[in-house]
Amino acid sequence: MPIDRPTDLDAALASLSDVPSAHLLAGGTDAMVEITFDQRRPEHIVALRRIPELRGYRVDDDELTFGAMLTYTQVERELASTAPGLAMAARTVGSPQIRNTGTIGGNLGTASPAGDTLPWLLALDARVELRSVRGSRELSLADFVTGPKRTAREPDELITAVRVPRVEGPQHVAKLGPRNAMVISVAMAAVIVDTTNRRVRAAFGSVGPRPIRASDAEQQVSDAIDWDALTCPDDAIVHFADACAEASQPISDHRSTADYRRHAVAVLAARSLRRCLAA
Amino acid sequence: MSSASTTTRDRVRDGLGQDADRPDGTPKVTGGFAFSSDLHARGMLWGRTLRSPHPSARIVSIDTSAAEAMAGVTTVVTAADVPGKATYGLEHADQPVFASEVVRYQGEPIAAVAAEHPELAVRALEAIEVEYEVLDPVTDPEHAMAAAAPIHPDGNVVRHLPLRHGDVEATGEVVVEGTYEVGMQDQAFMGPESGLAIPADDGGVELYMSTQWLHVDRDQVAACLALPPDQVRMTLAGVGGAFGAREDVSLQVHVCLLALRTGRPVKMLYSREESFFGHVHRHPARMWFRHHADRDGQLVKVEARLVLDGGAYASTSSAVIANAVCFAGGPYRVPNAQIHGYAVRTNNPPCGAMRGFGVVQACYGHESQMDKLADALGMDPVELRLKNALKPGDTLLTGQVITGTAPVREVIEAAVAHPLPPEPSDDDPALALPGGAGLTAERGDVRRGVGFGVSIKNLMFSEGFDDYSTAGVLLELDGHGQAIATVHCASAEVGQGFVTLAQQITRERLGVDQVMLRPADTAIGSAGSSSASRQTWMSGGAVELACDAVREALFERAVARRDLALDDADHPLFDLRDGHVVEAGGSASIPLVDLLAEGPIERIEVHRHAPTDPLDEDGQGNAHVSFAFAAHRAVVDVDPDLGLIRVVQIATGQDVGRALNPRAVVGQIEGGIAQGVGLAVMEEIVIEDGKVRNPSFTDYLIPTALDMPEVLATVIEQPEPGAPFGAKGVGEPPTISSTPAVAAAVRAATGLALPRVPIHPEDIALTPARDG
Amino acid sequence: MSDPDPTPTEPTPAPDPEAYELTINGRTRAVPSAWLGESLLYVLRERLGLPGAKNACEQGECGSCSLYLDGLLVNSCCVLAADATDARIDTVEGLADGDQLTDVQQAFLDAGAVQCGFCIPGLITTVHDLLDRTPTPSQLEVREAISGNLCRCTGYGRILQAVEDVRAQREAAR
Repeated sequence: MPIDRPTDLDAALASLSDVPSAHLLAGGTDAMVEITFDQRRPEHIVALRRIPELRGYRVDDDELTFGAMLTYTQVERELASTAPGLAMAARTVGSPQIRNTGTIGGNLGTASPAGDTLPWLLALDARVELRSVRGSRELSLADFVTGPKRTAREPDELITAVRVPRVEGPQHVAKLGPRNAMVISVAMAAVIVDTTNRRVRAAFGSVGPRPIRASDAEQQVSDAIDWDALTCPDDAIVHFADACAEASQPISDHRSTADYRRHAVAVLAARSLRRCLAA
Repeated sequence: MSSASTTTRDRVRDGLGQDADRPDGTPKVTGGFAFSSDLHARGMLWGRTLRSPHPSARIVSIDTSAAEAMAGVTTVVTAADVPGKATYGLEHADQPVFASEVVRYQGEPIAAVAAEHPELAVRALEAIEVEYEVLDPVTDPEHAMAAAAPIHPDGNVVRHLPLRHGDVEATGEVVVEGTYEVGMQDQAFMGPESGLAIPADDGGVELYMSTQWLHVDRDQVAACLALPPDQVRMTLAGVGGAFGAREDVSLQVHVCLLALRTGRPVKMLYSREESFFGHVHRHPARMWFRHHADRDGQLVKVEARLVLDGGAYASTSSAVIANAVCFAGGPYRVPNAQIHGYAVRTNNPPCGAMRGFGVVQACYGHESQMDKLADALGMDPVELRLKNALKPGDTLLTGQVITGTAPVREVIEAAVAHPLPPEPSDDDPALALPGGAGLTAERGDVRRGVGFGVSIKNLMFSEGFDDYSTAGVLLELDGHGQAIATVHCASAEVGQGFVTLAQQITRERLGVDQVMLRPADTAIGSAGSSSASRQTWMSGGAVELACDAVREALFERAVARRDLALDDADHPLFDLRDGHVVEAGGSASIPLVDLLAEGPIERIEVHRHAPTDPLDEDGQGNAHVSFAFAAHRAVVDVDPDLGLIRVVQIATGQDVGRALNPRAVVGQIEGGIAQGVGLAVMEEIVIEDGKVRNPSFTDYLIPTALDMPEVLATVIEQPEPGAPFGAKGVGEPPTISSTPAVAAAVRAATGLALPRVPIHPEDIALTPARDG
Repeated sequence: MSDPDPTPTEPTPAPDPEAYELTINGRTRAVPSAWLGESLLYVLRERLGLPGAKNACEQGECGSCSLYLDGLLVNSCCVLAADATDARIDTVEGLADGDQLTDVQQAFLDAGAVQCGFCIPGLITTVHDLLDRTPTPSQLEVREAISGNLCRCTGYGRILQAVEDVRAQREAAR
């Protein structure tokens, strides 16, 4: 039987344990394209649509947990105030049709350098929960994504959820592409002014083999911010932007050039931080 | 219903000038309309094409044995299996059905398979072993022109067209010069190439195909299959847009060959990726211009050198470069000119027809120059254009005098008369700013600019081409004794609404409510191509002629009834009104149905436009039939730091002769502008070393609803002498000058020169602003 | 020409899945022997004779294949047919009530929104979805809602007009 349609998590893990080479099917927005264009010929599929444990999200005092099968539309509509940056990111994914089926877990599993939710998750030190019949483990997103479209997921493991700490403070996500909708990002920025921990968090997509965290830039600008007034000297913002650009590792391809992407990182970083501070 | 629902004596319901409904509208909104990709036949096989991954290579060997041995794979064909002519082509038959020795572009067909399932067909393609000796592609047209060894035995210069007009030594007091580039645009119709071939008992083949020109397809297919043309019977299947991309043969020969070889119906359907390799594109252009004017802004001379990259095969390059050269001066009086146009063969993808056909490229150049000239003169760009605007009786660069209408002043004034959009405000939603849902900008990051573009486009085929259309009209009684007309015409309905117009014309001329359309097919004579803004004039004219011939026959019956003598010249004594043949003065009338009781009347007529001449060695001659004009004013918001553009509004005035279906005209204008906007700000096939980098809708971007501006359109109705009903074609002009208008608006917003379209974000964001 | 044979006998590429059933427009349809990799779009079009969903890109970039899966608007090219076995599938063919067009379908005709028509089934399903969820959308909301449906003929102008017409008609009827 080449397709399994498990209705609970244990059954899914059992299927995956039986056939570790099985292809996981979440929202289908990546997998089906690969199959249709013969980039992938799955011998066995485990479909994840029917597993209640993977749906939905949980809001705890100190933590947000997003089920792997949480769709972008759900994020956009239900989490706009709880996770505003993630909702901004979700709204930029593909089209309404794609957002109705595409999932957070799928975005993680595909691990494209242009994955739209990844910069925000990375900026918040997200932890990816992986389960198998052997047990469960958590990896930081930074450890989970090992390269372009490569992850540390073992073949028998399932991404079940992703967790981020709850932080206060303004956040902004900006996605840059040459069309006003339905576009793969040329550069993406997630900036969070985390007043809980008094630190700026910044991560970027499409400007390296993996989503990139600008740790040095974060540190410098966090020191420069007046956390009580939530203001920042302009030159510190400029330094922050330059340091973010410095941290990026863009390439030139048919979508854009490395120079432009680096430039865009600086512009998006500065604007996003300014918008946060003005909010 | 928005269309008129009452019948009056003077106005035929859904006749000419009204917003008649499409006869194919209802099935298109319910999902029942059969596009070519929807066809199915019992026992049908799936065809697929093997294409070269290399832009330039020698084929050392092809081994199809493993593919042929696969279960479910019915046949594999290569060049060796083509029974007739090995090549095809619209102007020069230079393109192989399958490459056999040499590959000249990435995606060139090598072989085709027929299999029981599309996935099996794909696996069969993978099992075909082709050994290539990969060669360095020639991808720069300038290098190709100078190359010692041509890419093709026909040579690398498909056409060099010089044009000399007036005093080529003349100079102006003010001279501006510029070099401009246009990227390769794709037609990106929504319905990919597809067709169904069914072998016939007589050894021939029936082909149901989405195409722009049935008869030219039929003739090419028949020649390659070594069949007489009447054994290749083509019927138009539902066409999901065309825009020039279906004028050349794509899968027609392949699918018929597979059907004849297997003796079974075969369907071929390109994926979107294959579609990017399966049809010609808009020619990329490199253009140098030097404009001379006097101090008052009167144009003195235009010099230009235009190089179009035609890719590996000729397609319609000869005609495309002719259009670029003939209209390089734009819709302006230019007394002197010296222009050289070159259509050049390279190892890039073949280029051919796309909406605007050579004039798009030239217009981007000449309009950029007009702005540069206005700047040098310190003159308002609109005033400069009005000062030089062509009018009837003026002479074109080709020496041809405009004998028809030329409302250039009127279209410009109409475009600028539209209100500008509201001023930018901090209350504008972020979604409406450049970057859209990406939330990259705030209003303070954005600057606004306004720009203009004006264009001239020839209508129909030029340079002495025998351009004609054929239509048949049958008038008879239906089962209820009511008059019903049936129109038969091979004109390809590609979305433009010819089917609606054919009904409108027939209702108007014959005064009957019921008008049916037979499928467009090759059982009747050619209607020519659904391109060059020509079907309203050409096939509309043919339907009118056929209707008039049916009227004549009716009047003859009336004469016989009334026992009257035939009038000498024609029958001015009769008219057709309200279902009656009426004598002048209204003294008596005979019901149409009574006359039709004698039997049906059918007439087939051929319509030709006025003949044209070839261009001489100086590019002079009455090469064109008629001209249409349009002006566009674009308003854009630009985020200069990120280089993102939001087109806010396009206002346009367009010369249409007469709007035969005003609602459909607006649809053509808005749709044409969308393609012009796309070329200005996002659409480009990216080629690297002869290889297409973005053959998908993920990376070849066309405007979404969030990219299209508000469009304000005014149509200028000045009936064109010699045109059926005074109507000019309306499809191409909106695409032509909208592109330079948007580019000019972006220049106005940024102060940058921007000599290339599409304008990419980095062209703005990484270019230092000009001083002052 | 004919509709697809509901019980095709042709060999399909390995691996074969078990036969399955789909529930489409309220009817149960059997899919006896399909290749595992077939999308819902392919099965509807090529096996079940329902070609209303169109195949313009087959990678989720054009919206031409839009339909409702358990009431959600999705691209059927991105749905594995064999994974839609327990879902309610509603296609454009199920919208009109016999000869009675929906208000959206009629408005598309009246506004002149249809040219080649290839994108239209997808747009009709999308606009129904929008107006059911958001009865009085702003023009920008309409543009965003249909931004996943590419149209190459119309420049969207008459389509936006059609949506506005339906909005106004429904408002007047309330």
